[in-house]
Amino acid sequence: MTQQEAIFEYILRMGDNSLILGHRLSEWCGHGPILEQDIALTNIALDLIGQSRNYLTAAGNVEGKGRSEDDLAFFRIERDFKNVLLVEQPNGDWGVTLARQFLFDHFHYLVLQDLRNSSHEELRDIAEKSIKEVTYHVRYSSDWMKRLGDGTEESHRRVQQGIDDLWRYTGEMFEMDEVDAMLVEAGIAPDLSLLKEKWHENVSAVLKEATIDVPEEQFMQTGGKKGIHTEHLGYLLAEMQHLPRTYPDAKW
Amino acid sequence: MSDKKDWPLWEVFIRSKQGLNHKHVGSLHASDAEMAVENARDVYTRRSEGVSIWVVKSQDIYASDPGDKESLFEPAENKVYRHPTFYDIPKEIGHM
Amino acid sequence: MDVKQLEEEFQRKIDNEQRIEPKDWMPEAYRRTLIRQISQHAHSEVVGMLPEANWITRAPSLRRKAALLAKVQDEAGHGLYLYSACETLGVKREDTIEDLLSGKAKYSSIFNYPTITWADIGAIGWLVDGAAIQNQVPLCRASYGPYSRAMIRVCKEESFHQRQGYEIIMTLARGTEDQKKMAQDALNRWWWPALMMFGPTDSDSPHSAQSMAWKIKRFSNDELRQAFIDKTVPQAEFLGLTVPDPDLKWNEEKGHYDFGEINWDEFYNVIKGNGPCNKQRLDARNKAHDEGAWVREAAVAYAEKRAKKKETKAA
Repeated sequence: MTQQEAIFEYILRMGDNSLILGHRLSEWCGHGPILEQDIALTNIALDLIGQSRNYLTAAGNVEGKGRSEDDLAFFRIERDFKNVLLVEQPNGDWGVTLARQFLFDHFHYLVLQDLRNSSHEELRDIAEKSIKEVTYHVRYSSDWMKRLGDGTEESHRRVQQGIDDLWRYTGEMFEMDEVDAMLVEAGIAPDLSLLKEKWHENVSAVLKEATIDVPEEQFMQTGGKKGIHTEHLGYLLAEMQHLPRTYPDAKW
Repeated sequence: MSDKKDWPLWEVFIRSKQGLNHKHVGSLHASDAEMAVENARDVYTRRSEGVSIWVVKSQDIYASDPGDKESLFEPAENKVYRHPTFYDIPKEIGHM
Repeated sequence: MDVKQLEEEFQRKIDNEQRIEPKDWMPEAYRRTLIRQISQHAHSEVVGMLPEANWITRAPSLRRKAALLAKVQDEAGHGLYLYSACETLGVKREDTIEDLLSGKAKYSSIFNYPTITWADIGAIGWLVDGAAIQNQVPLCRASYGPYSRAMIRVCKEESFHQRQGYEIIMTLARGTEDQKKMAQDALNRWWWPALMMFGPTDSDSPHSAQSMAWKIKRFSNDELRQAFIDKTVPQAEFLGLTVPDPDLKWNEEKGHYDFGEINWDEFYNVIKGNGPCNKQRLDARNKAHDEGAWVREAAVAYAEKRAKKKETKAA
């Protein structure tokens, strides 16, 4: 693998995480528990989709085969998507959605903090642009962990369930493979294994305040970065990609 | 049937730029002050930076009654010279 | 001052284009009418999110996806401004929402139609937002302060919505044969319902005269509808699309378009609850409200716990 190929892979991972998660959040639009929260969650979805556009455009540039952001978003098959499994999990209820958001946001923030010092200019710029938004995301999802965890018995039960069910997908975010190794060497991307402890510390602190039990060490599911996804991604992409694929020559 | 526990109403005041006063822009429902400020940012500023937001529970606002107009405001009303329309500004100066 | 004097003073303010503010004296009928009008408008924004949100997950490009998400979010914001204006009249939002969910309160009939193709999203922005703008711009000068200020905010954002919709239709109208067909088909289905948005013809509109006198309605239904048609037909012609009205004809003498009879049976049927999507819209709003109850309760419980903790700390 060349460095250029590795960079392409890496940017795709960042872009796909934001795209898939943004898409999932957008499913809540019009269905939130109160109007103000509909707006808040949609705002986050918009941030993430905006970020994914930056990443996918950059990825296309790096790849050098003339693929646009839309080519990458709408004409890749599941096996070529490189998001982590966590972000493609279904929304469930508000507790599950915010738990998924919380677990990802804390990871996302740490990665971006590091990417601000990347030796790759485009990644550095995108990280700089994104970190203000993600700082807000972290605060938002962490506040909701506390509200739900330390709210009513029902909310506590639901959010605890969400954390318990999603925990098995958190390990993947910190796995290093040959792409990561090459980019760490080049000063382009962070050493994810080093971020894991900080992530666990930050997440545990919030969960403790929220009176939510931190799940035990457990076997972690993986495969997203290699394009081996859960059964959910296929349905998600079928819906997302349907129109451009039906009319491949059309411009929208 | 309304919720047994309704989220209180908050009035929102925004200073959109340094040098300006806070302006009342509307209201929203939130369960606590932090949420109220976050929601105010989302709705009334679309997340612009450098903006100052005040939120106050509607029930905590004490307002004058327009019916009190005479006692509260008349003394100043009498002093016509406070109002800018009193002065004759030459046309050449333009709008002032 | 007795009631007659108060009424005269009130009407004088309105005649002088002065704004009525929340704590000013107002006739009870004015207050009731405003509550109904503003809350109906707010409900329309919120229910209106649904037909458009329907296509967010299927938007055919990332740019369209982001723009649609932003537009629907704007609509939620508009709903919020309007509910906020309504609350200044002494009604709680929760009670207003309850009226919507129970089917007691009305919302704009247009949102009871389905968005069955991507072109519908363009048609909604172009025609539905276009019609809304026609109605809303004059309301920026409505006599009730909070309502006019809410309308000013709304209007600032609305023209971006209409341009967005028109651009979508334009892209389709200049695209492949399938896309052209899609655009024409959407225009065929949304034209007449958009005209119905302006409400019944003036002779069938009983409250209009009083609302005009109170300046919470500034132009008649027919006037607004005519202005909308005059403005929109050239926009369709520019794209090579045909307005689905065989009686549509420019009347040189009048300086307006003559147009065909509106199917008022359809209009009243949809208002009554027999539109294609009335049930789905209300079901969706009820579901969101019911499933969100535990979330709202949790937030309140948390806030109360924190308040208590603060108290004991301070003590």
